[in-house]
Amino acid sequence: MVKQGREGNKIYISPVTRIEGHAQVTILLNDDDTVKDALFKVVDFRGFEKFTEGRPFYEMPAITSRACGICPVSHLLASAKACDAIVGINPPQTAIMLRRLMHMGQMIQSHALNFFHLSSPDLLLGMDSDPTKRNIMGIIEKDPELAMRGIKLRKFGQEIIEKVAGKKIHSADWILPGGAKWPLTKERADFLRASLPEALDSAQKTLELYKGLLGGLEEEVENFGNFPSYYMGLVSPNGGIEHYDGTLRIKDQCGNVAAECVDPTKYRDFIGEAIEPWSFMKFPYFKSMGYPGGAYRVGPLARLNVASHCGTPLADEEFKEFKKLGKNGVVQSTFHYHYARLIELLFCVENAQRLLEDPAILSEHVTSKALVNNYEGVGVAEAPRGTLIHHYKVDPQGMITWNNMIIATEHNNIAYNKAITQVAKKYVKARELQEGMLNRVEAVIRAFDPCLSCATHAVGQMPLDVQLVDSSGKLVDRKIR
Amino acid sequence: MSVNLLKLKIDGVEVSVPEGTMILKAAKDNGIIIPTLCNLEGLAPYGGCRLCLVEISGSPKLFPACITPVGPNMEITTNSDRLKEYRKMVVQMLLAERTHICSVCVANDHCELQAMANQLGVDHVMFERKFTQEPIDSTHDFLVIDRNRCILCTRCIRICDQIEGVHTLDLKLRGKDSEVIMDLDEHWANSCSCTSCRKCAKVCPVGAIYIEGEPIGHTKNKEIAAFIRDRRNRR
Repeated sequence: MVKQGREGNKIYISPVTRIEGHAQVTILLNDDDTVKDALFKVVDFRGFEKFTEGRPFYEMPAITSRACGICPVSHLLASAKACDAIVGINPPQTAIMLRRLMHMGQMIQSHALNFFHLSSPDLLLGMDSDPTKRNIMGIIEKDPELAMRGIKLRKFGQEIIEKVAGKKIHSADWILPGGAKWPLTKERADFLRASLPEALDSAQKTLELYKGLLGGLEEEVENFGNFPSYYMGLVSPNGGIEHYDGTLRIKDQCGNVAAECVDPTKYRDFIGEAIEPWSFMKFPYFKSMGYPGGAYRVGPLARLNVASHCGTPLADEEFKEFKKLGKNGVVQSTFHYHYARLIELLFCVENAQRLLEDPAILSEHVTSKALVNNYEGVGVAEAPRGTLIHHYKVDPQGMITWNNMIIATEHNNIAYNKAITQVAKKYVKARELQEGMLNRVEAVIRAFDPCLSCATHAVGQMPLDVQLVDSSGKLVDRKIR
Repeated sequence: MSVNLLKLKIDGVEVSVPEGTMILKAAKDNGIIIPTLCNLEGLAPYGGCRLCLVEISGSPKLFPACITPVGPNMEITTNSDRLKEYRKMVVQMLLAERTHICSVCVANDHCELQAMANQLGVDHVMFERKFTQEPIDSTHDFLVIDRNRCILCTRCIRICDQIEGVHTLDLKLRGKDSEVIMDLDEHWANSCSCTSCRKCAKVCPVGAIYIEGEPIGHTKNKEIAAFIRDRRNRR
């Protein structure tokens, strides 16, 4: 239940604004003004799991993908896979290839959005630079060529989605339990093929640029959410990076495989879901380690940590270099999400190329038909931000009776709180919040790339609320942006 | 057999049409399109949606063009400011009465209600939306009815009765509580009269009756009733 005002040593202020993707950070202080803890609060409530009850299962891709305008394709795929399981059939090979291609488009556009539009202002202009300039407009001013490269790369990703599925955003008409509704035409495939060389060049140049910056960012690498945790992600049968199918692998901080979930429908044997009264976001944890000890991370960093290779030539070279940053091939610092994301971006462009060059992608057999054969279905896909799970139960008529969705951003929830606590302990020294400190808290959240609009680095107001609370629960200082 | 032609004016244009013609048809034959959702060529007119209301000079009342026959020397107005306002209100009432969420509807982009709202410039709904939660009947092998999207145009009922000739579908209750039912309010799978001919899905203007798994653009066919009637009359 949402509360307003002070209660004991905690202060609830919610909802702060019209919260679609808004966050609230509360920093708790000890008696001596040092930081005790920091809480990352998501005061948003969407209710998809409840209001989809009673709807036909085949409407689920269209409904659930509305959870997100940035990564609707990942929801479409996780949902369609859950529906595939309900009808109990394997989609035609070309339908799977097209779904994968569409997903590569999604990854490219989302990763480009995070790096160029949201994170590059911090990295290129500086954490303490003028906040009025620290946005994509500032980047356009400083390096118009780089900004244009980012915008074009994102456009390429969006175009893949549009050419495959008809629309750039919320292209739910195309997907169907058991396949897809229409094939890819040669004209559309040729259009995409023509854009590949430029996209590949952009992805490589961006990675080179970022590697050049890394030398000057050692302090951030050391202090931005640099802690041990478990990592989870899908891997292909031979251990490579995987976004659509495969097995769910959990690795520990030493690089040992802690669990391998071959049948994703058994995800609940591995993942528990805790709740906290101060956040509407669930706290998933690795079951065998309990809560909160079983904190794990998902997303680009985790996918690279759990995988043994990428599987495309250019990305594999970068992958080997990246792995040297950590012990036993496990990279701990949250800051390296940026690095992992750019390697993945390169992989996705290469993988899109590989899919587009396969003549089988133009096959017209993409649809299969079936009725409800199973009363339960689980779909797992790797969204740009991490592992996404849709789990439905239906009645014999195919009406949803139960729905559980674990959104990628949720998996990192325990890790967010660890990461902002670490940043706050490093940078908050006095009873006065500095703008640069505020931005560092945001920057570590941004590195995770959560699906909250607080990470938009919006031109103008940033919807972030940082509170400084002393040990008696008194609000010492508060900055709202 | 000689046809008695009547002279009248529609929107100031002098026309002559056969006696007994409905105003909607007379206007259409002369290039004037009056909005309608329930009327469909090939089916008997019903006069349910009230979108085709027109003004006839000399009367303060409004007349539904689909069921009002032309008369001699009538002066008909089809598109006055008052009518435009009323039509927008009718569409808003239809949108408010049940659960109409275009973005997640199977009929999105192929919906006559959606197209009508666009055409008339309905950009908001001034009435409180009801958001009904009637259970969906998908017991039939491939036909599904989601009554939350039904606008009670009765096209499905009329085509089932007048063209297919089985009268499986009908209405129960009154006013906003009306519901399309199968036989004596059975689940669709239990209907002994339904021939699974799909005509109801073909003429449904919205996403209330559809074929599971089939793109709705393939299913819809507004000409089907007139086509079958025409072929039958040739015999």
